[in-house]
Amino acid sequence: MKIVTICGAGIGSSGILKVNAERVLARLDIEADVVAADVASIGTVADDAQVILTSQEFVEAIGATFADVIVIQNHFDQAELTEKLQRSLG
Amino acid sequence: MALPSLPDSAVVIAADAPDWRAAVLRAGDALSASGSTRDGYGDEMVRMIEEHGPYVVIAPGLVLAHARPDESVLQDGLAVVTLAEPVPFGHPHNDPVSVVLGLAVKSVGGHLESIADLANVFNDASVIPALAAAASADEVRRLMGMTA
Repeated sequence: MKIVTICGAGIGSSGILKVNAERVLARLDIEADVVAADVASIGTVADDAQVILTSQEFVEAIGATFADVIVIQNHFDQAELTEKLQRSLG
Repeated sequence: MALPSLPDSAVVIAADAPDWRAAVLRAGDALSASGSTRDGYGDEMVRMIEEHGPYVVIAPGLVLAHARPDESVLQDGLAVVTLAEPVPFGHPHNDPVSVVLGLAVKSVGGHLESIADLANVFNDASVIPALAAAASADEVRRLMGMTA
């Protein structure tokens, strides 16, 4: 399974989301490839993604996609990430 | 790379910033004062937020400001600015901001180790309010597990 985290530059917030999503997925015993990317590369990086993790600001730019787009409010809150990933993947 | 060092010049305690732009620019000043970036980098961090919105406010009270790696980044670096008065960034959930992190990275990819270190620090929800109340650069370094 592929999960893509999206932010403006593919560095800061998407990096935090990647790191914390990997921790949550390991705890849930779910195998996934988590890739951090900037919103400009969404078309190429996310076309085979099952889940996109991002902030509210990028939902519109991500546009139509087969992936489940999950909006994260607090990037450091592993409980929020766990709950939303479980709901999406469960 | 692991988290870079955090010299006194990269820390500003209780900064006066009338609005979010000023707050981000203070972090830009700290990054250039500590030798991580050239002067224009702060403006680039502001431009990222103007372009994409306040998504960099990634947790209650905390903004992780950064721009893209480019020639204005001299070395990987982090700056920490606490604000005397919290300022709104226009984020629907995480306003107002009292701690500004300024991040500069020389290249994408090699920085994920330091991002993981940041996650280690801030996954403890008590760190943001403790940083906001920190009285010295030493206290900031202690809270973040960093050296000068």
